[in-house]
This record gives sequence, C-alpha cells and structure tokens, in this order.
Amino acid sequence: MTFLKNSVSLLLNQQTIKRELLRSTVIEITINVILLALLTLTAISLAFTKDLFASVMLMGVYSLLSASFFVLMDAVDVAFTEAAVGAGISTILMLTVLAMAGRFENRALHHPRIALFVVIGTGIMLVFGTFDMPAFGDINAPVQTHVAPHYIQQSGAEIDIPNIVTSVLASYRGFDTFGEVVVVFTAVIGVLALLEMKSEEVRNSVAPAPMYQHKILRIVGKILIPPIMLFALYVQFHGEYGPGGGFQAGVIFSAAIILHAILFGVETTAKAISLPFVKVLAALGVLIYGSVGIVAMLNGGRFLEYNALAENAITGQHVGIIVIELGVGITVATAMMVIFLTFARRVGKSNGESA
Amino acid sequence: MIDHLPILQVIVPLLAAPICLILREAQLVRWFTLIASVFAFVISVLLLQQVQAHGTLIYSLGGWDAPIGIEYRIDQLNAYLLILVTSISSVALLAAGTSLQKELTERKETYFYVAYLLCLAGLLGILTTGDAFNVFVFLEISSLASYTLIAMGRDRRSLWASYQYLIMGTIGATFILIGIGMMYMMTGTLNMYDLAERLPEVQQTKTVFTAFAFFMVGVCLKLALFPLHLWLPNAYAYAPSIATVFLAATATKVAIYVLLRFIFSVYGFEFSFSHLPLKEILVALGLMGIFAASIVAIYQNNIKRLFAYSSVAQIGYMILGLGIGSKTGLVATLLHLFNHALMKGAIFLALAGVVYRVGSVNIKAFAGLGKQMPWTMGAIVVGGLSLIGVPLTVGFVSKWYLVLALLESNWWPIAILVLVGSLLAVIYVWRLVEAAYFRPALQDSAPYKEAPLMILIPTWILVLANIYFGIDTSFTVGLSEQISASLFGVAK
Repeated sequence: MTFLKNSVSLLLNQQTIKRELLRSTVIEITINVILLALLTLTAISLAFTKDLFASVMLMGVYSLLSASFFVLMDAVDVAFTEAAVGAGISTILMLTVLAMAGRFENRALHHPRIALFVVIGTGIMLVFGTFDMPAFGDINAPVQTHVAPHYIQQSGAEIDIPNIVTSVLASYRGFDTFGEVVVVFTAVIGVLALLEMKSEEVRNSVAPAPMYQHKILRIVGKILIPPIMLFALYVQFHGEYGPGGGFQAGVIFSAAIILHAILFGVETTAKAISLPFVKVLAALGVLIYGSVGIVAMLNGGRFLEYNALAENAITGQHVGIIVIELGVGITVATAMMVIFLTFARRVGKSNGESA
Repeated sequence: MIDHLPILQVIVPLLAAPICLILREAQLVRWFTLIASVFAFVISVLLLQQVQAHGTLIYSLGGWDAPIGIEYRIDQLNAYLLILVTSISSVALLAAGTSLQKELTERKETYFYVAYLLCLAGLLGILTTGDAFNVFVFLEISSLASYTLIAMGRDRRSLWASYQYLIMGTIGATFILIGIGMMYMMTGTLNMYDLAERLPEVQQTKTVFTAFAFFMVGVCLKLALFPLHLWLPNAYAYAPSIATVFLAATATKVAIYVLLRFIFSVYGFEFSFSHLPLKEILVALGLMGIFAASIVAIYQNNIKRLFAYSSVAQIGYMILGLGIGSKTGLVATLLHLFNHALMKGAIFLALAGVVYRVGSVNIKAFAGLGKQMPWTMGAIVVGGLSLIGVPLTVGFVSKWYLVLALLESNWWPIAILVLVGSLLAVIYVWRLVEAAYFRPALQDSAPYKEAPLMILIPTWILVLANIYFGIDTSFTVGLSEQISASLFGVAK
C-alpha cells in the first residue's frame, strides 16, 4: 500500500517538476527574447541619434541590458563587470569628454557608403557564422565538454574556493588576468602622456564643481560615499565566494571618489587623495600582481604558480588569489581615478580659457 | 633560472614599465629602460640557443598544463622574431635619449619610456605565447601602448594619426577576438596546439570558416596589408622618431608572425591553402600593395611618409612570399621580415638624426644635406640600396629568395613584376638622393652639423648589419630554412 502511495506521489511530483521546468524555460526564453529585442532597438537608435548625450546614455542602457542578459545565462561575474564598467564608469568617462567636446555631432560632410557596405558585409558574415554553431545552451557543445569539466570537477580539490569563475580567472588563467591589469595600466599611461597638465596650468584652471550649490545632492552624496567604499571592499574580499573580485571592486571604489569630485570639485578631490601618490599606486598594483609570480618562481614554482607560495598547495592558492586580487583592485581603482581626474581637469582648463 | 627564460623574456620589460613610472626622473628611466631592453635581448639570444639545443620549449604558467592553463611555447620561429624585436628595440633605445630631448618635454619623456616598455612587452608576449586568447590580451597591451607612442609626436597631426590607428586597430582586434571566440565555441579550447588537434574535426563548418575569415582580416588590419594599410603612413610619419623606428621595424612583423602561426600551426597549411582561395587572395593583395604603395611613395614630399608607404610595399613582398605557398616562398617571407626591420630601422634612425638637426623631414629641407651630414645621408643611401635590393645588402638576399621561389613555382610573370616593383623603389630612393647630393643647400640657413654621435652610432650599427647579413647569410637564411621546413612539416 505504502509502496503504491509512494510511487504515485513520486509520479505526481515528477510531473509537477516537469511542468515547473517547462514553465521556467518558457519564462526564461520570453525574457531572453524581450531583452535581445531591446538590445537591438537600443543599438539601432544609437546608430541614428545625433545627440551625443543621448548616445552615451543609450550605450549605458545597452550595457545594462547585456548585463541582465548575462544574469539570465547564469554568468553573474560577467554581468557584474558589465554593469560596473559598461553601464557605470565608461558612461561617466564619456560624459566628461562630452563636457569638453560639446553635445552634438557635427554634420557629416559625405555619406560613408563604403563604410555602410563593409558593415553590412560584416553583419552577413557574422550571421553566416551562426549557422553551424552549437545550439544555445547545448550541454554537449564543445565548450561544455572539453576544458570546462576540469574546472568544474577539479577546482574544488585544486583550489578550493566556491566561485569557479574566480578560480579560472585568478589561477588557471591568472596570466591573462595579469595581462588585463597591464592593459588598464597602459590606458592610464596613455591618458597621462597625452592629457596631463603642468602644475601651473592646473593652478590657472577653473575647476568645475557644478553640483556644489545643490544642497540635497551634496548631503545625499556625502552619506553615500562611505557605504559605496565599504561595498567595494566587500566585493573585493568576497570574490572567492560570490560574484566579484578586484576589477569590479576597483571600479566601485573609484565611483565613490568620482562622486566626491563631482560634488566638491576636482581640485578638492585631487588634494584629498593626493594624485601623485595615486599614480604610484596604479603602478604598485601591477607590481604586486607580478611579484606574486616572482615569489612563486623563487620558491621553485613557475610564474604565478600559487601552489609554491605556502607549504600547503591549497593555502598557497588562497594566498595567491587574495594578493593578486588586491593588486587588481588597487590598479583598477587608482587607474579610474587618475583617468577621470585627468579628463576633468581638462574640462576645467577649457572653462578657464573661455572665462 | 634557465628554465624560466620564456617567461622572463616577457616579464622583464613588463615589470620594468611600472617601476619606471615610480622612478619618475627621466634620466634614470632612460637608463633603466635601456638596461631592461638589453636584458631582454640577452634572454632572447639564450632562448634561441636553448631551442637549437633542446627543441621546442614549453613553460606552463601558474603550473597549470595546457589546455587547462596557459602555456608559453617557443620554437625556432618565435625565437627568431624575439631576437629581431629585442635587438631593434635596444638599438633604438640607444638613440632615444638624444633624439627625444628635441622632440619631447622632460615630463613626457618618462611616459614615453613606460609606453615603450609596455609596447615591447606586449609584442614579446604575442611572440612567446601558445594560447590564442593570450595573444589577444598582449595585442591589446602593445596596441594601446603604440597608440600612445604615436600620439606623442611633436606635430599635432600625430593625434589624428594615432586616432585613425586606434579606430582601425580596435576594429582589427575586435575581429581577432570574434575569430578566437568562434574557434573556442567550436573546439572548447584556447590553446593553439590543442586547437590544431581539434579543428580538423569541425573544419567543414561555416562557423570555423567565419572564424578564420574574421581572424585573418583582423590580423591583416594590424599588419597593414593593402588595402587595410590606411592607418600606417600617417602613424609612422607623425610619431616621435624613435617610436617610428621601433614600430616600423617590429610591430607589423609581429602581426605577420601571428598570421604565420595561425595559418601553419593552428589551422594547418592544408586548410588555409587548399580549402580556401587564400593563395590567390594573398598573391593579388601582395602585388597590389607593392605597386600601389610604391607609386604613392614616389609622390610623397614628407620623407618619413615616403618610407612609411615603402613599408606598405615591403609588407606586400612578405605576403607575396607567403602566398606562393612553397617552402622557398616562406623562406623569402621570413628573410624579408628580418631584413626589412634592419633596413627601415637604419633609415628611420638616420631620419631621427635629420629631425634632430634640421627639424624637418620635408624633401626641400634635404637640399645639400649630402655634404653637411655625410654619415646620416650615407646611412639612408645604404638603407635605400637595401630597399631596392642591390647585391651585398640584405635586401638582395630576400629579393633573391622571393624571385627564386616564384621561378620554382613557374610564376615568372610575377617574378618580372617583382623586379619592376624594385625599379619603383629606385625612383623614390633616387628622389631623396637627388635632393641631398645634387641640389645646393638653401642660402639663408647656416650649414647643419652632422647628427649627434648617440644617434649616428646606433644608425650605423644597423647599416653595418644591413651589409653584414647581406654577405654572411648563414644565420638568417639557415634559420629561415629550418623554420620553413618545420612549419611545413607540421602542416603535413
């Protein structure tokens, strides 16, 4: 009797599970379709708009939509980065540039027909490439069956942190991440080399603090800055357990400083954080990452072989990942600050010249 | 320590860059950069020795073996290009201190060296790695750094040139990334040698074909293959002289390396050449590049721009050699990679001397310089002869092999076209010679002094290398033949 009861309930259960599954897939597909449709719409309006301010905002929207799309694909780390970098910091940087360059596009002198032709060709080619791709979400796709299973099955034993994405980024492919940090550092060098002003120029410039007279913004901003910094630290040190890590943390931390600069003026912030020191920190972050590799080499391992950092290989992995994430966080945070402040000072200079 | 040579090759300049930013003092940074570059050169020589003695070197980064992790893999092809890049970089840096004094403020000098080291490290990273995605990461480093280097030119047009390069370079990099992404999607791996094993299974798919197409177009943008070369002339013409020397001699060569590596080691010769009309495309574009760029070069009045167009033409020769699809053809390409770096290195360094003394590289400013700056002009003449392909210079060696390869394949009409192309080089080099030696100096200016020794010495190091490797070809030809044989061996 009980056996029959059990099996019936099991059967019923299975059916509800199946129904549930089906329903959630339908919902997911619907959301996917809506998100992708919105992405396309955003992209098309981006191509047509002549108002650069609108373009920048649309690009932010585009990033946020992609971030949501990534969340649906369970790629929360990527989504986090896209939201922080694409929708957040790059929007701010582009708006700063607009403050200098003006809001509207110049009229094109000619119709770039060849460009249109090339773009259409590229589009056709991309669509052509999709014909033989594995189906979306196919569990038998090569990506799921070759290297990825090792990360999923072995990273627990080899690295022992819950977030596999961090294992891959910080350890298995840690050298790529090192390269990415150097890319950020290179961008800082580029901005400094081209836009940094001499100290006497800085003194003559009229630094903008357009928000200072807005009391509410100022007070709300003041209240917000500490929690933003705290959240950044949380993201920094929680990267092994949940989505996050040095890149996102660095960007969020710099957001607090940028908020300060917008509210209280660029020069106040530059003094508060001591800009020359921040530049040194940007270099230091890269060196911290690199020195983890060097220490591993001196301990008899390969470059960035964290196993060699401590007696116990797992401890070594943990130490290595924490230290390199710190290096990433420092370089990214300071890089964003330096880039923003250097841009913003230029805005001050052009204001000073026109005044 | 000898085990760690492959990674030291890259991290020495890579870590030297942030240290330079902390050191700040231009004087200090200058020496530090030079030492780092020379150190990298020594490492590359040791690496070649190791490769010759023990065969391919494999270094697993982070201790994770490929394809789980990233590996560095150095064979003769990598080692050959590593030596090329590090040696030219060191020679150019010898002249940098003097040349930059005139072209940059002291404050900017430090940033120049940091960007220079990053660019060097990026190029070396591309050359050493055995991982397709790692190629992209280091390509980004070298590209961003080279945009910076170019934009630092004295002429404000350098900003526009750098911006053009930035747009084209970013499109190229994006295409490369799309290609790598699709390869990853179809194989589940990013390691080049793992890719080579897994690609044949799926090589008939449209996705792999698209990946190949995107990757190739992206790389061809970076190596400035005609008609994707539009960014190059302005970039070379308006960049600071030393940046031009370094980039002209190395950056496009590294892009050609990437092309060779993916054609031969990843996709395989079979797929690249039999499956697709790549041969015809490369030969046609190579030839068009030689003629179009040489003819445009003849009409240039800015001499740096003239030689920049000549670079586009020379890239045409390299691509033509590759397009023949034979061992000898590949030898010609490999030889010309090295030899062209020597020629253009010497010529652009000599032009750095002209910029230092005269301040202009317009052809009018060259009037009478043949007498006033005999050593500098002598260097340009030797470099020019080498470009034309006169015997006893390196240019002759690579042209010889190219013509040989064409005749071997019975492509004699194209061989004739190559010789006609050399005649075009005679014309543009002659224009400069005529101005420098046969036109009287302008009356209103005091005679210019010879370029400073610190520019002349590195220039003549390269000039003598042009002659030495033109006579004693055992190193270049020997190595190129071995590389060519092994690349075709892999492809079998």
